[in-house]
Amino acid sequence: MSAAPATAAPVLAVAGIVKRFGAGDDALLAVDRVSFDVARGEFVSIIGPSGCGKSTLFNVIGGLLGDFEGRVTVDGQPVSGTHPAIGMVFQEESTFPWRTVVDNVAFPLELAGIPKRVRHERARHFVSMVGLDGFERRYPAELSGGMRQRVSIARTLASEPRILLMDEPFAALDEQTRLLLGDKVLQIHQALRQTTLLITHNITEAVQLSDRVLVMTYRPGRLKRTFAIDLPRPRTSEIVGSDAFGRYVAHIWSDLREEASRGIHDDELRTRERGEQR
Amino acid sequence: MGRRIAARSLVPPATGVLTLVGAFAVLEALIRVGVVNRFVVPLPSQVLAAIPRIVAEEGVPYRFWQTTQEAIGASVLLVVVGVALGMLLFRFDVLRSACETWVAALASAPIVLMYPLFLVIFGRSATTIVMIGFIAGLPPVILKTVEGLAGTRRVLLDVGRSFRLSEAQRFRKILMPAALPTIFVGMRVGLIFALINIVGVEFLINFGGLGQLINELAERYDLPGTYAAIGFVILVSILFFVVCERAEVWLLPHRQR
Repeated sequence: MSAAPATAAPVLAVAGIVKRFGAGDDALLAVDRVSFDVARGEFVSIIGPSGCGKSTLFNVIGGLLGDFEGRVTVDGQPVSGTHPAIGMVFQEESTFPWRTVVDNVAFPLELAGIPKRVRHERARHFVSMVGLDGFERRYPAELSGGMRQRVSIARTLASEPRILLMDEPFAALDEQTRLLLGDKVLQIHQALRQTTLLITHNITEAVQLSDRVLVMTYRPGRLKRTFAIDLPRPRTSEIVGSDAFGRYVAHIWSDLREEASRGIHDDELRTRERGEQR
Repeated sequence: MGRRIAARSLVPPATGVLTLVGAFAVLEALIRVGVVNRFVVPLPSQVLAAIPRIVAEEGVPYRFWQTTQEAIGASVLLVVVGVALGMLLFRFDVLRSACETWVAALASAPIVLMYPLFLVIFGRSATTIVMIGFIAGLPPVILKTVEGLAGTRRVLLDVGRSFRLSEAQRFRKILMPAALPTIFVGMRVGLIFALINIVGVEFLINFGGLGQLINELAERYDLPGTYAAIGFVILVSILFFVVCERAEVWLLPHRQR
């Protein structure tokens, strides 16, 4: 099923993506005919159960995975491999432990050949944007998990990408930290009008942050339904207490529940088969 | 508060020194009561008393400097060649599959026994000593360099790819800094191997440095002098460890936090 296109001109267009792992009869169809657009300044989340191919889709769009069918375009231009317009934030902790916070954030500016003084000044702006003032000279080992993820986001923002692509950046964090970091992401989105595509399995996070939520099916990963989130902006995490928010969560969950159940059933079946083979 | 922290930081070295003094006192007592034969192990007090004598009469500062120079030569070769070979093995899978086992086998080979071959190639000179030290210390540096580079977390390499790093940038900005802590482990072990072999070859070929001094003093059956000279070898080792530690603090400041 193809998702409804965004109303404004899309900055990112994903068309008919099919990704298989392996070949022949043993080939695993991970992503099947996924198509959607993301408009400039829009915040879109893709939600699905574990193992539905969300991260595969993230890697395909980000250019880290090749050998797929379909097309990814940025402002109408086909993308092959990694693209300077797409900035990626990874699920796993990805700060460079040997660099201070400011040096981590200045990394893309350093690659661009910007003089040290200027790049540090610009990096400090992004450090401040993610709320890490005063931690510029600290090393990642001295920060909490949530702070380290904020450094990763600031580093990606410093490269000034047209599209921010995030793969479950807060998956490893507790629910309260996740909600508060969601506020930070909302503030950044508000300030920069940053086009963002978030991959997540957390319904609350998806509804809290997004303009649209795309629900994926469990294996092979297809787009099942699109939910336009018509909640007022600017938002904060306080919105999770509203009735409208609860209704969106309930609707998405009713769609996702079936897929998540299939995932769990599939997991149990494979575990049982492995046990019998032994 | 500051004084309390300073005092607390003195506890580990003070404990180390006191343990050493205590061990020497116990040994002294065991020798004096006859449990340990004083013709095999001299009294620690005699060893201490021998230090100024061998410094004045046996040219210890010059010999100390000779051994230190040889160790510096071997260390420079270890860093330059060892790390480069490790990088090469990491870069080319075929080379790694072909050589890694051989390099590991070399680590357990008694290189020092090959000194006649080195004497034929380099003559009875400092070059022979440096080369044996270098070859003996090479395997841990190579293996740890490969391990460090191969152990770089996948996500860091993905970050590099997402920022479209060139191959050289990937190496300089991600792989090398990520591998450095492991490479340092290899260098420390390599330095120990190198120093043992340097002093051993000095002893065997009776050429320069502290190894030759130990040989001469042992042949004269000057046991306190022999043990005092061994103390100076330990001093060289400590010197290299301190330098290595300083380099690590300088290159890896995040590891000290």
